[in-house]
Amino acid sequence: MSDSLDSYLILAGLLFAIGAFGFLARRNAISMLMSIELMLNAVNLVIVAFGAFIEKLAGQGSVIALMVMAVAAAEATVGLAIVIAIYRNKKTPLVDEYDSMRQ
Amino acid sequence: MGISDSVPLLGLKWDDLLLLGLGGIMVGAGLLVVTMRDIIRCGLAMIVCFGALAGIYVVLGAPLVAAAQVLVYIGAISVLILFAIMLTQTKAAPTRLVFQTQAVPAAIATAILGIVIVLGVGATDWGEVAHRIRTGTAGLARLLFDQYVLPFEVVSVLLLAAVIGGVFLARRDDRGEGED
Repeated sequence: MSDSLDSYLILAGLLFAIGAFGFLARRNAISMLMSIELMLNAVNLVIVAFGAFIEKLAGQGSVIALMVMAVAAAEATVGLAIVIAIYRNKKTPLVDEYDSMRQ
Repeated sequence: MGISDSVPLLGLKWDDLLLLGLGGIMVGAGLLVVTMRDIIRCGLAMIVCFGALAGIYVVLGAPLVAAAQVLVYIGAISVLILFAIMLTQTKAAPTRLVFQTQAVPAAIATAILGIVIVLGVGATDWGEVAHRIRTGTAGLARLLFDQYVLPFEVVSVLLLAAVIGGVFLARRDDRGEGED
């Protein structure tokens, strides 16, 4: 089981689906950001798994995963800053109450 | 005497047992992240999920990625998210509705997505090798600072830009209209 690529890919697929559900269904903006982090982690797991099982990608998978982590950190920083800036104006973290552009 | 190759009583290999346990913890904690009512607990469940994922990286033979996972996700991003939660939650927020009105269609759509991914993975021949290729720190460093040195530098510039952008966005407006 641990020696087959499929088990890791299925695990990552499940995590990605969970993250997608959270992003679509949660009302809280920070919950949505957490769901995005889950999806990014699922993709990272796929990359590392390919790096470990495909001979041409040996080693490169880990490098790409590290890059993805850095980009995810940048995304979290900017996303949370935006949430805090909106919260300061609207006094709510719930995204369905951000309706001032819906007129 | 060393330990035997397979787990006594279960007949599984140690790696398989580790992968099963860590994968179960990861998926379970992920489900808790998206379903729990109290968002602080969601954040803590997210830390558990990331920790289990770091363990899976070790099983995959990428210990440096696992270390970076612990440092970056558990150490930095989770703490950042917990800070943001504490800055934005009102007392009333956890008692109100957790999900949007489209939660049921979203659940159906993502269940279909998961099924499609699992079926697609099962139906594809990836041409994999039979054993896991380990990525040691020395080999990874050689790749990172030789073949991938330009992306490495670009990522550092990106991080700098993100830090500046974050500070700029979250900064309080000095001219008075954005009090509090």
